Amino acid sequence: MEPRDYRLSEPLELDCGRELSDVNIRYETAGTLNADASNAVLITHALSGDAHVCGRHAPEDPKPGWWDNMIGPGKYIDTEKYFVICSNVIGGCSGTTGPRSVDPATGKPYNLNFPVITVRDMVRAQKRLVDHLGVKKLLAVVGGSMGGMQVLQWAVSYPESLKSFIAIATACQFSPQNIAFDWVAREAIKADPDWNNGDYNGDRTPDRGLAAARMLAHITYLSEESLGRKFGRNLQDKQDYDYDFDRDFAVESYLQHQGKRFVERFDADSYFYITRATDYFDLTAETGGNLVTAVKDVTAAGMIVSFSSDWLFPTAQSKRLADALLRNRREVTFCEIKSGYGHDAFLLEVETLGRMVRDFLRHQAEVEK
Amino acid sequence: MIDRRDLDLNRRRDLEIISELVSPGDRVLDLGCGDGAFLLRLHKERKARVLGIEIDQESVIRCIANGVPVIQGDMDDGLDFADEDSFDLVVLNHTLQEIRRPDILLENIVRAGKRAAVSVINFGHWNCRLQLCWKGRMPRNAQIPYQWYDTPNIHFSTLSDFRELCRKLGIAIVSQTPIASRFPLLTKLAPNLFAVGAVFVLEKRAVPSKD
Repeated sequence: MEPRDYRLSEPLELDCGRELSDVNIRYETAGTLNADASNAVLITHALSGDAHVCGRHAPEDPKPGWWDNMIGPGKYIDTEKYFVICSNVIGGCSGTTGPRSVDPATGKPYNLNFPVITVRDMVRAQKRLVDHLGVKKLLAVVGGSMGGMQVLQWAVSYPESLKSFIAIATACQFSPQNIAFDWVAREAIKADPDWNNGDYNGDRTPDRGLAAARMLAHITYLSEESLGRKFGRNLQDKQDYDYDFDRDFAVESYLQHQGKRFVERFDADSYFYITRATDYFDLTAETGGNLVTAVKDVTAAGMIVSFSSDWLFPTAQSKRLADALLRNRREVTFCEIKSGYGHDAFLLEVETLGRMVRDFLRHQAEVEK
Repeated sequence: MIDRRDLDLNRRRDLEIISELVSPGDRVLDLGCGDGAFLLRLHKERKARVLGIEIDQESVIRCIANGVPVIQGDMDDGLDFADEDSFDLVVLNHTLQEIRRPDILLENIVRAGKRAAVSVINFGHWNCRLQLCWKGRMPRNAQIPYQWYDTPNIHFSTLSDFRELCRKLGIAIVSQTPIASRFPLLTKLAPNLFAVGAVFVLEKRAVPSKD
């Protein structure tokens, strides 16, 4: 896989009423598009993901793409069969235009002058890319968590442009609990003096705030069971309490590590914009809360997957979505995978999820529609 | 005793009777669809549009492998996803005895389906009666292989009991086909004594009977 750029020739209209010009979309592809362009699978990434979904850019890269155990030659999403596309979302910080990009109007970074974007805006940008790649109808759009929201938005906004979708560990709207966590995460970044209202530079970046935000969010991706099993009350490199407020417990050390790793690859302003996009996500916003009406235009066959210990996107929300599609007499499959991993299960339960994804895609590729 | 061979035959007969009810393009819902093999057959042979409900994760995954749309769920939670008459046929195959409230489920399936096909095990079969009467022990056979304490079957009925429940709920029995084990003639004469089970085709009554 090799990162590529697609620069939109026309401005991108946004839900907030503003438009973005000079938008760049960073994307990667794997596999080969077949002659009738019927084997394209779009992968939509989660909050902290990027376009690098599988494989390595160079053999010596220490880590492959973020969903490499799912996607690749001979894997569950087999790049010998399918043409896989993944792009960085707008508002992101991994190559696609976002708040740290240069505003062509001023020649300076947007920072907080970047327009507030929505999940639908992300999907609008992806649609342009997919058109550009010559794909009229995607075989499937597949994603988990925030990626799952994009999947659902695709199914609702562009029903004619996809044959099927797989929405994993997601919901048709962001819950008040989710919004609350995002709020606290952004407050943590705001409290870092280096954030400077979103206007910071290379020497002083709000690392402490961003790390705190990530640590908080990371807890919501795990479960009581997985934390207990992984760390228990174990102490980190010591036999007894230190009777101070530095790190004592293994779980504290783990979170510190997660926070530190995150600030190396993510940007605080992007965190603002992307979390805000998820806060605003609500498929029923224009139907007065009526989900059955909100999904009435969906024609693609869907598979919806949740995980039993995921308390961030609980099974009941996925089930509600499946019910709404069924009441529109759409073809839907729903499964709750038993797992102790919490929300993170969508990246960890590869074997179970992988079989389902592989078999669903194979069937969707076979049926005439 | 009802042996394994009879049981397999019995299930095959049930499925044959049920598949004959399906016309091309029909929407069919199978409650407790297992690996989806029967729905796949209805889809392939009868051109039905199918949906299965199944509680077991491994079975759901096998449905997906079979290309059968399936919703993982518990029938005791109701059928909220199905509006009135949204299916042409709702199938409940050898499952009613495992349901917490068979009466509520029956009302639900005749609401969701224009018709319902329910195959039931007959607890009034002479062999069951003999085991209880003669040995004083809870009946066990190939259809009911469990002990009383580990059985998932919590609501047994005889064919007469089932008919009585339908009458009480105002559900019309369109047809009933007793399944014979080894005495076809006797089964015809006294199904509640000789049939191992039966397939009932049900519809809701326009006006529920009041009695």
